[in-house]
Amino acid sequence: MTRDELKQAILSIIQDILPDENFATLDPSAKLRDQIGLDSMDFLDIVMELRKRYGVEVPEADYPQLATLNSCLDYLEPRITK
Amino acid sequence: MNMPTERIVITGVGITAPNGDSLTAFRENLLHGVSGVERFTTRYVGETLAGVCHFDPLRHQKRKDLRCGTRAGSIAVYAANEAVRDARLDWAAVDKTRVGVYLGITEHGNVETEHEIHELGKYNFDIKYWSHYHNPRTVANNPAGEVTLNMGITGPHYTIGGACAAGNLGCIQGYQQLLLGEVDVALAGGVSESIQSFGIFAGFKSQGALAEHLDPTKASRPFDLKRNGIVIAEGGGVFIMERLTDARARGATILAEIAGYAVNSDATDFVLPNPERQSECIARAIARAGLEPRDIHLVNTHATGTKMGDIQECQALRRVFSAECHDTHYNNTKSFIGHAMGAAGVLELAGNLPALNDRVVHPTINVDELDPECALPNLVLNHPKAAARLDTILNTSFGMLGINSVLIVKRYRP
Repeated sequence: MTRDELKQAILSIIQDILPDENFATLDPSAKLRDQIGLDSMDFLDIVMELRKRYGVEVPEADYPQLATLNSCLDYLEPRITK
Repeated sequence: MNMPTERIVITGVGITAPNGDSLTAFRENLLHGVSGVERFTTRYVGETLAGVCHFDPLRHQKRKDLRCGTRAGSIAVYAANEAVRDARLDWAAVDKTRVGVYLGITEHGNVETEHEIHELGKYNFDIKYWSHYHNPRTVANNPAGEVTLNMGITGPHYTIGGACAAGNLGCIQGYQQLLLGEVDVALAGGVSESIQSFGIFAGFKSQGALAEHLDPTKASRPFDLKRNGIVIAEGGGVFIMERLTDARARGATILAEIAGYAVNSDATDFVLPNPERQSECIARAIARAGLEPRDIHLVNTHATGTKMGDIQECQALRRVFSAECHDTHYNNTKSFIGHAMGAAGVLELAGNLPALNDRVVHPTINVDELDPECALPNLVLNHPKAAARLDTILNTSFGMLGINSVLIVKRYRP
């Protein structure tokens, strides 16, 4: 998966979790929580969907690394193999 | 028995039924013989029949609410919002700490648990795939809690588990809390999402009590000789209830006054009803209302279309209503929509409330050949009937484990 494909995959997950939000103006380097209504349950949804769709386990200690879209990409790129 | 010093009235109705998403549409279809039963396919059971609601959940919820919440929650949110609108409450000005939400449920959590186990099966039952929404979706207060989240209500909310008597129990709870002065506005009623649970269909099928018919609209046929069981339905109804003094002070339109109620238990069987206890419950409600049986002008029956259940309810009714009750009419709403479980009591009462104005009794449909054992006098069959007098409505709702509930409303008179 290229970095751009990965970005689309993550956005697709977030879009499913927050179907009412518009992501057109999302700043990839700013915190997701500051830009969209992402609560703690939604965050767990992201972790669950990464597990279900890509077999990636994100341990709780690593949750801060999913704070921005760019940090998500940096963190997940080496971990997603399929 | 202490007689209440306050009068409690219904000032708004919000419903979703399989044949109508507003009281106006529902009533219209009840007067014109329009059924809401359709073919329905569900997991493991395959093709069956059900009463399915078609309201637009996005009218009052966001798509994320639908993703996180439950169908029962959506039904409750829709009915509650529509009820507030119908009551013309100035919602922004209402003190939300003084609003209570009291909803009857037959069951809650089966649907969500079945879905999640099904989903978990795709992952070889590895519980790390179990949804973190399981608990908030399946706690018993979920449908009422979703209403408070949606509407910013900070007064009490809870559900009342009462099998198929629950719709009446929700209304009775609202009435009681208003009498106690716990709240100023009660959102009271019942909801059911049961058609999303394969278990309820399979359970009735195993019991030999699931209705079958080539024409879905003819499957629910209480009192007919060829009835063969229950059609399961979803739905919900919420009444806005207020103390009369408050309702008058704000110039509310008063749809009906709560006249009396009773709840009792058979203490005889898990499933089979007990007509003696049912008749006691009916008689007690009439006495509490300060009425005589002949003063009841419309009895909306619980009858679900099972062989014995319908006969036994008729036995119970005959014990209370003698041949002198000339003005007492009987009808049945399940013949249109099936059995809406926790919503049944409130939906069925709601569909009959307009009769206090138009004096028309909606019929029981699908009675091609009346079971002689169900031949109650003035049972209104297949076509609506204008009643000479219609000042009172009595609704019966009975449930498994032998819970009986009766609620009586009357036309408001200053």
